[in-house]
Amino acid sequence: MMASSYNAKEEDGHHSGASSGTGVSKNKKPDNTAFKQQRLPAWQPILTAGSVLPAFFVIGLIFIPIGIGLYVTSNNIKEFEIDYTGVSSDSPCYNCAKNFTWNTTEPCVCTVNFTLHQPFESNVFMYYGLSNFYQNHRRYVKSRDDRQLNGDLSALTDPSKECEPYRKSGDVSIAPCGAIANSLFNDTLVLYYVDSNNSISEIPLVKKGIAWWTDKHVKFRNPAGNGNLTLAFKDTAKPVNWAKPVYELDPLDPENNGFINEDFIVWMRTAALPTFRKLYRIIQKKSGATPTLPNGNYMLNITYNYPVLSFDGRKRLILSTISWMGGKNPFLGIAYITVGSICFCLGVVLLIIHHKYDNRNTSADIPS
Amino acid sequence: MCVCEERRVRANDREYNEKFQYASNCIMTSKYNIITFLPVNLFEQFQEVANTYFLFLLILQLIPQISSLSWFTTIVPLALVLSITAVKDATDDYFRHKSDNQVNNRQSQVLIRGSLQNEKWMNVRVGDIIKLENNQFVAADLLLLSSTEPHGLCYIETAELDGETNMKVRQSVSVTSELGDPNNLASFDGEVVCEPPNNKLDRFSGTLYWREKKYSLTNQNMLLRGCVLRNTEACYGLVIFAGPDTKLMQNSGRTKFKRTSIDRLMNTLVLWIFGFLVCMGMILAVGNAGWEKEVGSLFQSYLAWDTPVNNFLFSAFLSFWSYVIILNTVVPISLYVSVEVIRLGHSYFINWDQQMFCSQCNTAAEARTTTLNEELGQVEYIFSDKTGTLTQNIMTFNKCSINGQSYGKDTHTTCRLDFTPFNPLADPDFCFYDDKLLESVKVGDSCTHEFFRLLSLCHTVMSEEKSEGELVYKAQSPDEGALVTAARNFGFVFRSRTPGTITTTEMGRTVTYSLLAILDFNNIRKRMSVIVRNPEGRIRLYCKGADTVLLERLHPCNQEVMSITSDHLNEYATDGLRTLALAYRDLSEDEWEAWSESHRFADKATDCREDRLAAAYEEIEQNMMLLGATAIEDKLQEGVPETIAVLSLANIKIWVLTGDKQETAVNIGYSCKMLTDDMTEVFIISGHTVQSVRQELRSALLMWALFVFLSRRARERMIELSRRRGGGVGKQLHGSPPPPPLPLSNLMDNISGEFALVINGHSLAHALEADMEAEFVSTACACKAVICCRVTPLQKAQVVELIKKHKKAVTLAIGDGANDISMIKSAHIGVGISGQEGIQAVLASDYSFSQFRFLQRLLLVHGRWSYLRMCRFLCYFFYKNFAFTMVHFWFGFFCGFSAQTVYDQYFITLFNIVYTSLPVLAMGIFDQDVPDHRSLEYPKLYEPGQLNLLFNKREFFICIAQGIYTSVVLFFVPYAVLSNATQSNGVPLADYQTFAVTTATALVIVVSVQIVLDTGFWTVFNHVFVWGSLGSYFIIMFALHSQTLFRIFPNQFHFVGSAQSTLLQPVVWLTIALATAICIVPVLAFRFLKLDLKPQLSDTVRYTQLVRQKRRKPPEGRLGARGGSRRSGYAFAHQEGFGELITSGKNMRLSSLALASFASRHSSSWIDTLRRKKHTHTPPSTSGECSPETNQIK
Repeated sequence: MMASSYNAKEEDGHHSGASSGTGVSKNKKPDNTAFKQQRLPAWQPILTAGSVLPAFFVIGLIFIPIGIGLYVTSNNIKEFEIDYTGVSSDSPCYNCAKNFTWNTTEPCVCTVNFTLHQPFESNVFMYYGLSNFYQNHRRYVKSRDDRQLNGDLSALTDPSKECEPYRKSGDVSIAPCGAIANSLFNDTLVLYYVDSNNSISEIPLVKKGIAWWTDKHVKFRNPAGNGNLTLAFKDTAKPVNWAKPVYELDPLDPENNGFINEDFIVWMRTAALPTFRKLYRIIQKKSGATPTLPNGNYMLNITYNYPVLSFDGRKRLILSTISWMGGKNPFLGIAYITVGSICFCLGVVLLIIHHKYDNRNTSADIPS
Repeated sequence: MCVCEERRVRANDREYNEKFQYASNCIMTSKYNIITFLPVNLFEQFQEVANTYFLFLLILQLIPQISSLSWFTTIVPLALVLSITAVKDATDDYFRHKSDNQVNNRQSQVLIRGSLQNEKWMNVRVGDIIKLENNQFVAADLLLLSSTEPHGLCYIETAELDGETNMKVRQSVSVTSELGDPNNLASFDGEVVCEPPNNKLDRFSGTLYWREKKYSLTNQNMLLRGCVLRNTEACYGLVIFAGPDTKLMQNSGRTKFKRTSIDRLMNTLVLWIFGFLVCMGMILAVGNAGWEKEVGSLFQSYLAWDTPVNNFLFSAFLSFWSYVIILNTVVPISLYVSVEVIRLGHSYFINWDQQMFCSQCNTAAEARTTTLNEELGQVEYIFSDKTGTLTQNIMTFNKCSINGQSYGKDTHTTCRLDFTPFNPLADPDFCFYDDKLLESVKVGDSCTHEFFRLLSLCHTVMSEEKSEGELVYKAQSPDEGALVTAARNFGFVFRSRTPGTITTTEMGRTVTYSLLAILDFNNIRKRMSVIVRNPEGRIRLYCKGADTVLLERLHPCNQEVMSITSDHLNEYATDGLRTLALAYRDLSEDEWEAWSESHRFADKATDCREDRLAAAYEEIEQNMMLLGATAIEDKLQEGVPETIAVLSLANIKIWVLTGDKQETAVNIGYSCKMLTDDMTEVFIISGHTVQSVRQELRSALLMWALFVFLSRRARERMIELSRRRGGGVGKQLHGSPPPPPLPLSNLMDNISGEFALVINGHSLAHALEADMEAEFVSTACACKAVICCRVTPLQKAQVVELIKKHKKAVTLAIGDGANDISMIKSAHIGVGISGQEGIQAVLASDYSFSQFRFLQRLLLVHGRWSYLRMCRFLCYFFYKNFAFTMVHFWFGFFCGFSAQTVYDQYFITLFNIVYTSLPVLAMGIFDQDVPDHRSLEYPKLYEPGQLNLLFNKREFFICIAQGIYTSVVLFFVPYAVLSNATQSNGVPLADYQTFAVTTATALVIVVSVQIVLDTGFWTVFNHVFVWGSLGSYFIIMFALHSQTLFRIFPNQFHFVGSAQSTLLQPVVWLTIALATAICIVPVLAFRFLKLDLKPQLSDTVRYTQLVRQKRRKPPEGRLGARGGSRRSGYAFAHQEGFGELITSGKNMRLSSLALASFASRHSSSWIDTLRRKKHTHTPPSTSGECSPETNQIK
């Protein structure tokens, strides 16, 4: 083993040191700069009572009003939620849930009646909620091909490997591929208002404007096919679980068909948590003073296509109004009030402790 | 000895020697060449555990079923680290190549086929005969064959080899020394059989076979590579060992790689974290098994298992590895790089420090190792060399007493004397400040003349006169040089000597004395004499020696002068000067003849020659007439006593390890205030046997214990008394919380500190034996100061190792000579004094500077800051990464334990290397708690480092706990808020990407607020880095989420548009603010309470700075005062045997000296005198007198 530390310079270090010393009378004195001498001007904050205690009070005084504001706002929001999974035998959808088969051609329809005790003013947002559905599972999240969804023609016929095992059906590639697209939520919900004389009127549901702008306009693109989607998708197969191909999602509206169908886009934006809700429809506020959804009886007509009972999942319908800060969210307000109060109390306690025990101000001596 | 273990070399016979395939003289210290660099360097780097670990992670990530992160999250940092290291290694190796080439291409003259030819060093072969000229480096290990000097002598300087700056004599075997010229040498065909290559510098054994005869060879015949030929015109040598086989190369073993205690702690912690990582992985894998079994198997209609996975257990197994990948960021690879960068920064600050720059020698401090800086803040023991480190090794003729009259004043009172008009031969560098003495010489005072005549005659100095009047003295000890130079300046110029004569110029007149005898110096005699006959024929003996021995041998008529001189000697000794007394005796021709006869008889004696000679000398050195005394100052380096005082206030124990004699060492101990007269006792261990050493150690320890016991009793009684009186002391002790160090323990320290230990080399050898070392350590550590004298280089290292072993303390060794190398290498930190002659110590050291006093700045300022910064850095770093990583753990419970990450993969890649690296680096490089002058004013500020308070396992767990707490908050607050929240247009916020952006933003903000809290010193860099990092986070995030990038790589940037739509939501900002408040408020409250109720000294210093209280200066007056009388003895740094060399005339053609090393001789009589005097003159101080307050700086 060669001696690695040996440096040949050591051998004549004496010599070279002497010659370099005499040869050049270069001054090796380090520069006298604030940086090199570590004398940079600096702000040296110290946690003193004068700075910390007011900070606590200020935090308290800011947080508590915000919390109260949030709480009040949240309380003014009206929200209605109904579970239509059909777990128990008295549930209207019990039969649909129980007799579900994948290969049925005849959709099962069930109807849920409910009553709103308060009228919903302004726009009402209609959500479907799923529970115990792991859209955030790693294998699920990655199982998509954004190039395909963006209309890339090569990806349309040769989807990314991430889509396995929902990549090809036989030899034909699936569009849209992947587990997310395959599991598209496909219940159809129709809402009817039952007025006092039992006449039923369908409530108009707006199905556009429910996705992120960037998703709708940037991320999702139909493959180029001269406006004819059927042609564009001709070499592809529909996802296994789907009843109809992607270009028939909304045949009536070419701006909402294929990959840029908003229900599809909403579904493709995966949820962070296993219990989640997704925007389904918007009920626009009518002109005039009449509430969007007056109190009274309603009828929800469900085309039950989406099985969740097998993995103990739940399906819900949620109706909600929103405010400037979004939907009903009591936690935020309460949390703000709590944190604000704790800060304030802490400020008081620290003030007392400081006054009782501190003697730093009086003794300038530095103990040795 | 087995045949294969021999080396056979035949001169001038390359064919014969090639059979053995000896190494050539080409040395190669470089590790790589251009082709091998990449593979070898990568191979070496992957031997580092951390790098292999990351490579392993990288491979794991390539398995699609496991890969939970993209491959680039690991490869980017890994590639960064590998390339930085590779560049550094390549630069180092380039310089090694350069220096190798330079050495290998040096020219040497080789005798080939009867003629001298120039050959490069690397082409020199074993068995060649090469010619060396004066001042040339020896190219290989040579057997000296002949030289231009008589008797085949030659002189070498071995400074680069063993650090001894004096010259050594080598002599060739007499038969070969006659082969003067190349023609004879070319026909020389002797064969050398010798030992195989080894690293013993002082040993060589071999045999020369030539012309049917055997000649044994020793180290005296060898010239080793690395030496320099001096004062010899030329010489011829036979190459025995070449290149890597030379003793120099054999000695340059792989240097021990030093690690700091923080390094070791960090490695332990990293291992713990790996354990923790595995635990987390297991928990999550178990969770995964459960989930896949209960939910996942039923969920398969929507999410089928990956192809190879067929049951939940296999899935759990894969998920374990997936989580290992995700959670690996708890120990990011950037930790090691950042630590190195910070240390590098600190090293540069050391190099740049103007206050550690010596303008006289134009040398700045240099951190030669960049990996030890923070250990400088933890030093507990300093081992210092004496000569050249504490002292300048410059002797100046300072004062003298002639015939009862004292000359010489304080240096600053009068101006320097100008000798040139009076004496053209004067040495211009000589300083003297008393013109009375010069007057006295000019007037022609006979005593004064005789005084300087003695100085010009009685010595063993050699002179060299290069041109007329330009004298250079070669003295073996600086003392002698100073004395002869003094005589030269006062008109008694020593010009030259032959074996039988000494030529001087006395007051301008050339006089030649015949030298009849030199009565040489030795340690027992403590004096030397010469007997000379002047041109008039008068025989006179001149003697100089230690006052203790010389004053006893005076003629009774000197009584009066003696008493005055004695007073003067006391006075000089009090000033810390080294004194000599001078005397002469006139001899009649008969006396001389008689003595000369007895001397010859003694000299020829075969048994007890030494004793007989000593008796003969004793016989004639009687009834002398006192001339006076000289006082020589062994100049301390600047600021040494002050530095030692400050360092000992910082609770650093200083040991002096010196090769010097006990007297000299003790003397220096007093003059640099390590030893004081206030000390209760100075234990002296000088036994020659195991028993006596053990006895002495035990009695010292016993005495110490007794003393401690008594003083404790006394103190208890004092406290009790004061309590009874109303409890003044008790209240002070317990009533007021702010002074952190209890006066009680201080009292203890100071009482136990008032002892000192002086131990001798041979006693030390016994004390270092396995059965006694514990006893030695306990005694030595009970003492405030320890001085080890007459120690060998090896013993120096042993002492250091001993303390390392028994005390678990950080040690620092400081020295300037090659004899300090072993100790410099074995201590945790080695410091070399640069700017002096040899640079061996510097080359072996970790830090170098030119003045001992810079040590206080190195330790108390740079070391303290480095330690503080490193600790703060590590605390924050671990906190940050736990906060960052543990979020994944919590998320695991909500995503089916599927190893889904919370954040975007780019965020994971960039978090450690871009978003959070610079602010913490800035803190690690620039942070200061108190300014530099403050830490010198309050040495107690150094203590947290010694006690390892700022970063230890406890602190680590606090950081980890804080990190985990933060991760809980960072996950569950967004979870609780976002799960039901919607955007203001009704779109739910609980989608994965919004959640990821919210958590990531909250994380970046929380850790930034934390660094804002942690940073105590906000330079412009901190501002730029903190705000810049925050800004860069937002800029990079918006860029990565932009439509442009998505359009180019739709599959790589899934997060398109997330930043805009998320950060526009007020709810998101409210969430972030809430999470930040919940994370930071408890920290703030805790820090405030700690600062308010239990402030550290540094906090208090900082606070007082803030409120601009009036400052106190350390009581410097105390340091200047020197108390007590200490008679300094005759401290000749002198070796015996030189007189013989002169009178034999062997070296007379030379202009320099040859010194052989002699076994150390020792006498303890001087120190006994010292102790006797001490006990009679100074009352022993008692416990009542040594009050603790006087010994500390308030």
